[in-house]
Amino acid sequence: MSKESYNPFSLKGKRVLVTGASSGIGRAIAIECSRMGAQVLITARNDVRLAETLSMMDSADNAMYIADLTDDSHIDALAKFAGNIDGLVNCAGIVKHVPFRFNYREYLDSVMEVNFFAPTTLTQHFIKRKQLNKNASIVFISSIMGGFVSNVGISSYSASKGAIAAMSKSLALELAPRGIRVNCISPGMVDTALMADGIVSDVQLEKDRLNYPLKRYGKPEDIAWTAVYLLSDATAWMTGSNIVIDGGYTCI
Amino acid sequence: MDIKKFIENFAFQFDETDSSLFDAETEFKTLDEWSSFVALTIIAMVDEEYGVQIKGDDIRNSKTIQDLFDLVESRK
Repeated sequence: MSKESYNPFSLKGKRVLVTGASSGIGRAIAIECSRMGAQVLITARNDVRLAETLSMMDSADNAMYIADLTDDSHIDALAKFAGNIDGLVNCAGIVKHVPFRFNYREYLDSVMEVNFFAPTTLTQHFIKRKQLNKNASIVFISSIMGGFVSNVGISSYSASKGAIAAMSKSLALELAPRGIRVNCISPGMVDTALMADGIVSDVQLEKDRLNYPLKRYGKPEDIAWTAVYLLSDATAWMTGSNIVIDGGYTCI
Repeated sequence: MDIKKFIENFAFQFDETDSSLFDAETEFKTLDEWSSFVALTIIAMVDEEYGVQIKGDDIRNSKTIQDLFDLVESRK
């Protein structure tokens, strides 16, 4: 093999589905996967922003599909649209900043729905239909707030991210006989629109950034490159893992 | 909207500060118990009691309870 073509991190020949691809981490993952040679299918609720992501991606071989993953009929249609895949990255997520004393069932449900039930149900559909190719890689986006550490006002978010990480270990065992790998990424704070809901003021965010040993929040690309790693054959012997990528935050 | 009730709702979110210390002119960010978490609690209270979604910057730009009351009332 020539030196030029040697790249164990390449995604050439892989067909990857990325959810939550209309913004933030999902968008960055879609773009980086396309740059690394994958054929990428993207999905989200917002068609304008999703089309924007599509236009930012490499190669014309990609496709988008509008879906609300909290609706089972949309999940079914999306799975039909996607066909067989080599990689599934579950990025769609929401956060609700609310103190526990105001954390009504309605909030808890909405966060669990998007962050836990939707990705779990989508993955289940692909497995049941045998639409994951041999040696496929499934990636879930958890968070350092999903059990490692937490913060005030995000109990539902922490619960949902902890749930997805715990679930993925059992799934890793179930899919191991078929060579399908299941891993999680647990980022620290990443600069995305998810954080800029205004509930937490910019001044507070500026201060919080300095709590990170590397003195900044993550960029969506920081997380995207970890996803590329998990989707590539470089991690063929990796399953049931949960990669913390947090600028050193959890060292303190 | 009733300012008296608003002050009562506001004061109820504090655990250590005596409710007698709250009136319309209270500069709430100078209270010992004030914190970013209390701010989050006030935001949730305003949403629940008044159906108005205020933001972190709204709290930051308000000095007194009256300021915040006026702001919430203007958005109702």
